[in-house]
Amino acid sequence: MSRVIYLDHNATTPTDTRVVEAMGTYFNEQYANPSSIYKFAQEANEAKEIARDKVAQIIGAKPNEIVFTSGGTEADNFAIKGVAFANRNKGNHIITSKIEHPAVLNTCKWLEKQGFEITYIGVDKYGIVDLDELASTITDKTILITIMHANNEIGTIEPISEMTKIAKQKGVYFHTDAVQTVGKITTDVNELGVDLLSLSGHKFYGPKGIGAIYIRKGTKIDSFIHGGHHEYNRRAGTENMPGIVGLGKACEIAIKERETDEKRIKILRDRLYNGIAAAIPDIILNGHPKHRIAGTLNICVKYVEGESMLLNLDLEGIAASSGSACASGSLEPSHVLLAIGVAPELAHGSLRFSMGHNNTEADIDRVIEVLPPIVKKLRAMSPFGK
Amino acid sequence: MAYSDKVMDHFMHPRNVGKIENPDGVGKVGNPVCGDVMAIYIKVKDNIIVDIKFETFGCGAAIATSSMATELVKGKSIEEALKISNTVVAEKLDGLPANKLHCSLLAEQGIKAAIEDYKLRSPNVKAQSSKRE
Ligand code: FES
Repeated sequence: MSRVIYLDHNATTPTDTRVVEAMGTYFNEQYANPSSIYKFAQEANEAKEIARDKVAQIIGAKPNEIVFTSGGTEADNFAIKGVAFANRNKGNHIITSKIEHPAVLNTCKWLEKQGFEITYIGVDKYGIVDLDELASTITDKTILITIMHANNEIGTIEPISEMTKIAKQKGVYFHTDAVQTVGKITTDVNELGVDLLSLSGHKFYGPKGIGAIYIRKGTKIDSFIHGGHHEYNRRAGTENMPGIVGLGKACEIAIKERETDEKRIKILRDRLYNGIAAAIPDIILNGHPKHRIAGTLNICVKYVEGESMLLNLDLEGIAASSGSACASGSLEPSHVLLAIGVAPELAHGSLRFSMGHNNTEADIDRVIEVLPPIVKKLRAMSPFGK
Repeated sequence: MAYSDKVMDHFMHPRNVGKIENPDGVGKVGNPVCGDVMAIYIKVKDNIIVDIKFETFGCGAAIATSSMATELVKGKSIEEALKISNTVVAEKLDGLPANKLHCSLLAEQGIKAAIEDYKLRSPNVKAQSSKRE
């Protein structure tokens, strides 16, 4: 099969070959359990701590504020459940937004069943969380606010530092799911002012199955997985050494390369949008025009359904995604698009292209070439017009 | 998404797409599960569906089942057409993924609605066919 034009980097990215190389040693050469005391194991432990330093560095944290997890979903679960249960004596109210990733939303829904109260605050048409609503929903029972740094579907970047100011005044912990931003844009925990942050390796050319949670020193939080004394007694289980080393390497690379990457990818994204907009009438851009991560382009194509566009693109070797009900397992349209006010039938025709490292101008031009006839064909089939 | 080759064939090369000028019956139905919409147009002569066309706003399965269902119905009598169920359509397509079975209902309902509309428009035909039932 010819090369896939991969435009789904918000779902996952290919692991950088330099990362794969760094990991290689940690399967059957340096396979020691870093908790053991002999020298062989201590070497593994050192590698783990070097990786931790790099993860700390990419978000401006201290190494002992980093705990490795199995990925972003676990980090989100850890942050939210851990703070919820450790601070129950103070209150049972948690604030989140309507556009969070399911890892946050479904964790909150589960907590509701445990007696916590959750407020899901709205966003404007670009996906920016309403700051006034945030401030006015905080009560003396509020123990945690969890708002994502950037949205995975539409790419909108939230004004986290403004929100943490509000949270700080009221003495409420703040967690951000930064899975879509770490490794792509600057994510400094002190600039952002967050107490907790989730990140995931495979979203920025690291391996799958590894992530981390940042826990600001002094934050009251319960341990997540109980067992041995790993990860400062916070997350038990023998460490995923290849993953940890890979995550460290991915951070090291991203620190050096993310800025130039970001610029290049943004040019590709805009080229794609301009090309599509010039060739296809009746499309709508979703997400913030300016405060948006470089690699994300989300559009609604009127009168057609997303899955049928994806299938056609797939036959052309192009991998993308959609917020259409038909393309989702739940058969419900994207909660993010609905939250920004997109009508359900429009959400049906949504397409997300997320660009990354390996994409070239030729990839983009290929999409600009094949998408318009696909849309034309499907519109001719649609009862809604042309 | 694991669609059969048949589904992909009908999806990529749908039969009977479009509208019929001055149709004898029109059925417009919506899918309550995901919100998709289908329109079926029929032309009837001597109780036979001589022409049928569809317009579908929906997923790959919805388009493929529209195409297959219209193919199955074309040239059939009203009574025969009414007997074609969504499971038959799905079988003819070598099956559909479980979460896409609901899409095939749309085609069945669309055809039924078009026939309903045809009967309403021609009351004497309706009397005739109900006599036969
Ligand atoms: S028409 Fe929506 S899932 Fe098939």
